[in-house]
Amino acid sequence: MLELFSRLGRRRTSKDVAKERLKLVLIHDRANVSPQFLEMVKGEIIKVIQNYMEIDEESLDIQLTKTVSEEGEGVVPALIANIPIKNVKSVGK
Amino acid sequence: MGEVIVITSGKGGVGKTTTTANLGTGLALLDKKVVLIDADIGLRNLDLVMGLENRIVYDLVNVVEGACRIKQALIKDKRFEGLYLLPAAQTRDKNAVSPEQMVKLCDDLKDEFDYIIVDCPAGIEQGFKNAIAGADRAIVITTPEVSAVRDADRVIGILEANEIKKPMLLINRVRPDMVKKGDMMSIEDIIDILAIDLIGVVPDDENIIISTNRGEPAVAEGKSLAGQAYQNITKRLMGEEVPLIDLAGNDGFLSKMKKLFGFKSA
Repeated sequence: MLELFSRLGRRRTSKDVAKERLKLVLIHDRANVSPQFLEMVKGEIIKVIQNYMEIDEESLDIQLTKTVSEEGEGVVPALIANIPIKNVKSVGK
Repeated sequence: MGEVIVITSGKGGVGKTTTTANLGTGLALLDKKVVLIDADIGLRNLDLVMGLENRIVYDLVNVVEGACRIKQALIKDKRFEGLYLLPAAQTRDKNAVSPEQMVKLCDDLKDEFDYIIVDCPAGIEQGFKNAIAGADRAIVITTPEVSAVRDADRVIGILEANEIKKPMLLINRVRPDMVKKGDMMSIEDIIDILAIDLIGVVPDDENIIISTNRGEPAVAEGKSLAGQAYQNITKRLMGEEVPLIDLAGNDGFLSKMKKLFGFKSA
């Protein structure tokens, strides 16, 4: 009966935590990417964008996550960048 | 022509040597000619788990260096017809063997044996590279712990990069009671994460410690749950389709009652 209640309660068990943590760490492992590497990518992206826009560097967020591949072949790594724009520069318009 | 199967894991202490001993013995019991190679040079242990530690004369390094013939170094297991062990050197290090030498050794042994099972050292350094060099197939061992699963994932990546396609997963030391409570990742959880084919599941069973104490692989007596699991894995290795055993051991009174009242047991 206890089992039934815990299932209904849907409490987050320690194995759920384990699974979640593992999935996250494996994304980085599989992509073979170090935090330094990600910082480098981040720096370069900022540099390029700053040529055209004024961005909010403080709240900028770049991370490696995963997404379902378009071919439906399961989960693939994806680089997600959230870059708040303050102002678009007038160059190149 | 024999087949070379490497038993590997990345993380240490998850049951590579125990698995090598049990699968090798299991195959020999099914009338196959089998040689077990202990590739863990410097940390020799397969001989001890097999109960053959007192019979070593020559070792793997002696063979590859040409100090003796393969035949001289092979220890015949008198209990199981067709089972042989090539022990690791204890006083040398992993660099005493090269991947090329391992390939040559495996190729030579293939003429004579149906299965060559290589017990890989922990880690992903030179010793690991040597151990996988001659392998046709691989079994990756993990336990339901985050560290072991992470290391298994890394090893699977390296195996695939080394053209050892389709490694198979063996999940060791599963505790059904903990899985039921949600305090241990289930077989499905681990397969979902690692995304490779499962060859079998071995429960956490104190009989493994007892049989290792005695130097008698659990697969031989076949009474323990772990021993039965290894028997099944042996058959799957030979291509037979065998369903997973019910690890919860649902023969007890309580589980029978539960079944009677329609409780679903994991």
